Parts: sequence; structure tokens; C-alpha cells
Amino acid sequence: MHDEPTLAAHLRRQGISRRSFLKFCAATASLMGMSPSMAAEMAEKLGKVTRPSVIWLSFQECTGCTESLTRSHSPSLESLLFDFISLDYHHTLQAASGEAAEHAREAAMKANFGNYLVLVDGSIPLGEGGAYSTIAGRTNLDLLQETAKGAAAIISIGTCAAYGGIPYADPNPTGAVPVSAIIKDKPIINVPGCPPIPLAITGVVAHYLMFGGLPELDGLGRPKSIYGETIHDRCYRRPFYDQGKFAKTFDDEGARAGWCLFELGCKGPTTYNACATTKWNGGTSFPIESGHGCLGCSEPNFWDAGSFYKALSAPISPLGKAAAAAAAAGAAAGVAITFHNRSAKAKAKAAHQTVTVKDLEK
Amino acid sequence: MSHMDLLIWARGTGLQLALGVFVAGMVLRFFEIYSLGRKPDLSTPRPGKAWAGWKTIVSRSFPHPSMAKRTYPTVVLGYIFHIGFFVALLFFAPHIRLFRETAGFGWPALPTPLVDAMALAAIIGLLMTLGYRLYHPVKRFLSNFDDYLAWTLTLLPLLTGYMAFHHLLLPYTLMLAVHILSVELLLVFLPFTKLVHVGTIFVSRWYNGDMLGHKGARL
Repeated sequence: MHDEPTLAAHLRRQGISRRSFLKFCAATASLMGMSPSMAAEMAEKLGKVTRPSVIWLSFQECTGCTESLTRSHSPSLESLLFDFISLDYHHTLQAASGEAAEHAREAAMKANFGNYLVLVDGSIPLGEGGAYSTIAGRTNLDLLQETAKGAAAIISIGTCAAYGGIPYADPNPTGAVPVSAIIKDKPIINVPGCPPIPLAITGVVAHYLMFGGLPELDGLGRPKSIYGETIHDRCYRRPFYDQGKFAKTFDDEGARAGWCLFELGCKGPTTYNACATTKWNGGTSFPIESGHGCLGCSEPNFWDAGSFYKALSAPISPLGKAAAAAAAAGAAAGVAITFHNRSAKAKAKAAHQTVTVKDLEK
Repeated sequence: MSHMDLLIWARGTGLQLALGVFVAGMVLRFFEIYSLGRKPDLSTPRPGKAWAGWKTIVSRSFPHPSMAKRTYPTVVLGYIFHIGFFVALLFFAPHIRLFRETAGFGWPALPTPLVDAMALAAIIGLLMTLGYRLYHPVKRFLSNFDDYLAWTLTLLPLLTGYMAFHHLLLPYTLMLAVHILSVELLLVFLPFTKLVHVGTIFVSRWYNGDMLGHKGARL
């Protein structure tokens, strides 16, 4: 796969028009927060890059992230990603299997040591010595550590790789951890989401290819350009929130009128992602547009943040038992204090000395 | 700990703990107050004062005419703060949702911009009460740590709620967590500071009124 010197030459050979390439660059530039004029520059720069080797490691995952990318839209602009890179190892997409597959990974690592990109989806189980997920008889931890050694950068695709995701959810039976808990000496870009928006995946890769570095990241290691604003702030239903118009059930008048889904558990206010602007399925819609609240899938621990159908302002855990126990404890303490106060009063009364006129005349 | 982790803690364990302390504290305080006991009053009640306690509950909501002029900043600022606080607490849609989820019943919300304005009024009212407390020599002299603590604990939920709603200063997730935590702090301290008046004010007004009525005082 390394016979083409540049991406432009490769695209020409694949019959991909310059027009669709430019369209992709414009969409990517916009998502990554660059100025529109950067699209042409991006096309030129990307055209000149030599296709880098990419090793995609799939650990405790559901393949949803790969599905998001490959089935996003057909024929998808996002699938152009596979023309930008030399995808040397990917369980789901590679033709090779068994030893040949592992050999492909080792060969790519050897040939591009220090320069290849590692894309990870899925969390890494540490419980039982990592036995919960193994590939070719080796634990995910082992494979990640070995592959990361020669990586230029690691991109954690999806919430599982970025923050642990669903395997990490309480009680975390496999002892799952995100990539960042293991790899400390390599640049890591988190592209969370369950799955992430396809253009977010390709955007980060394109940014890396173009500038050779990481985009500006927030405190959670996410590109600010994609994860800089909440779903709520960009939601087309936001005016209804401001007016206090809320759907109470999924089938009432409010729901039909497209009112805000806050009371039905929408996590849009605390979810930083670009779904409301970039949208899904080739720009068709996003979950709220389909009438369901945001689950907050791109946030850490979204699975433990209470019911998907409970409003953000509602408590996560039931309060009745805690309140009843507290009332009982308070009553017991109250009775104790009552006895204490009564006995103090009685003692004071007993110790009271009466003063007579005689005493005063002394 | 990410912002989301903090929010999850605040909405889960934190709320359980705070509510536990609040409920236990309030029950304890009521036991404490009621068990103090009163000496039996053997005097004959003065006639026509049977409603004195109930009347006082209402009448103490207005300043005594002879005092009105001297206390009007306290009264006006007190009203602005209390009304703004109650509107923000009880008529903001997400808050009503909280009551509905926990108590099983709710009521209609007021339009968000109105609640927003009332919350702002409450904040300004509170800031001005502090200014007046510091400006007025008698008030300043009478103020102790408990007063300033109560003021701070009351301001924090209002201020953080306002800032969360308007996306000021901190990312929304963090500010929402801080807002909920500030309410939890208020719940924890409420039974043990003068803020306990939330639960005792009308009881003590009735008691005072009834006692004075019994003696035949003009109310």
C-alpha cells in the first residue's frame, strides 16, 4: 500500500474528483474551526502528504465507531479518510486474518517506527490480568503498550477508548480503563461519542496530516473546535427551553410541537459535541431532531449519570430511604437531647439556693 | 475528577448526604425546641384574644407603623430578596421537575425570563442587605459570624444558579455541579444556623402572638 508517493496521485488513480475532495476539505475545515479560506489550502497540503501508516486497535468495543465511519453516508466523503491513510491493521476491515494480520501490524510498526498513527476504539480491561479481552492470545494492554511505543500520536476513537465508556460503567466488571490511563508518554487526542460523529474522526486525522500536530484540546483531551459547545446551546429547540415550554411525555402536544425535551431527560445542557450543527446521516438530523433527548454519550461516565429519562435537575439516586433514616436518626438524637436538657434543668433546680432577707442582712 | 463526575456525585451521593443531614437536623431542632417545655400559665386568658396567634402570623409580615420609617430598608430589601428567592426556587421549570421527581407532585412553571429577572432581583437584594448591614452601625455591631455565614450560604445557590443559566465564568457542567453543591451546603447548615427560621418562623410567630394575646396585649 505504499506505492503511491502522494495522496493527490492516489486520489486521481481512484477516480475521486477534485470537486468532492474540495467539498470534504471545506466540511472538515469548518468543523475544525478553521477559516473558509483554509479549505483550499487544506486540499493542497493534504494532496501533497505521503499517506501515513495507521494502525487501528479494537479492544473492548462494539464496532459502532467503525460502523459510524464506514456506513455514515454512501458513497461517503468521510470514507475518503481511507484514501488519506494507509490503514495497515484493522480487525473489521482488513482481509488478512490470524498470523498474517498480526504480521501486517508488526511490519507496519517496523517500517514506520516513530511515525505511524494509532487509532484505538474500545477500553482496555485490566481485571484478571487482562484476560477479558485478548487478540492473538495477547491481552489488550500488552498490544496497546507494544503498538504505542513507535506511535507519533494516539487518537482515542469513541467514549470507551477516551473515557472508559460502557465497559467502565459501574461496577466495571472487567476493570476497564481508557487509553490515557495506560499511555502517558504519547500525545493522545480524544474523539468521544458513542459513536463519534464520522466527520469528527476524519477531521482530527486530516488536521494531524495537514499540520503534523494536535488540534487545540480542552481539559478532557477533546478538540475544542468540535467539542467546544454544548448540544443545548446549539439546539434548534433551545428557544422552547428559554420560554419554559417542555414536552412532558414523548407523545403529548408539546412533543408534537417540538418543544424542549429537558424534562424527558435530555442531557444536551451538559454534553459538549457537534451533533446539533454537524448532524448525522449525511446531515439529515440528530437525536433531538428525531424526538429523543440527548444521552450525553460523548461525556465521561455518561452511563452512570442517572436514567436517560430523568431530567438533569432530578436526583440520580432515590432519596426516600436516606430521608427516612435521617428522620429516625434525628428523632433519636432529639430524644437524647431532650433527656439531657431536662436533667440539666432538674439539676439546676435542685442546686438553686433561696436567698432570704436574713441572708442579705448578713 | 471530571466536571461530569462532580455533577454525578452532586446529583447522587452528595444530595443523599445533604438531605440526610438536613432532615436529621430539622427533626433534632424541633425536638430540642418543643422539649424545652413551658411553665403552665395558670392565669385566666383575656377575652377576645383567641385568634391572637393566627393574627400575629400575618401582622408580623408588616412593619409596625411606629417602626416603619426606621426599618424600611430592611423591610423592602427583605421582601425583594424573599420573593425573588421563592420565585427562583419554586417556579423555575427544572426545579419543579426536581419536586415532581422526589415528592411526586408539581405545579406550573413561570416563564423563564421572569424567573431570571426575579433571581437577579434576589441577588441584588441580598447584596444590598449586606451593604446596609455593614453601613448601619447598630446592625454592624449586632452582626456576628452566624449572620455572615447565613448570608453567604443563601447567596451562593442564587449566584451559581444564575451563572449556570447564563453560562458565565465556568463551563455549564461544572457550574451546574457547583450550583447543586451550594444548595447541598445550604441544606447541611440550614438546621444549625438562624436559617432554621425556614421551618420555625410561623410557629414562633403563633406562639408569641398567642402568649401576648393571653396576657391581653394589644396586637
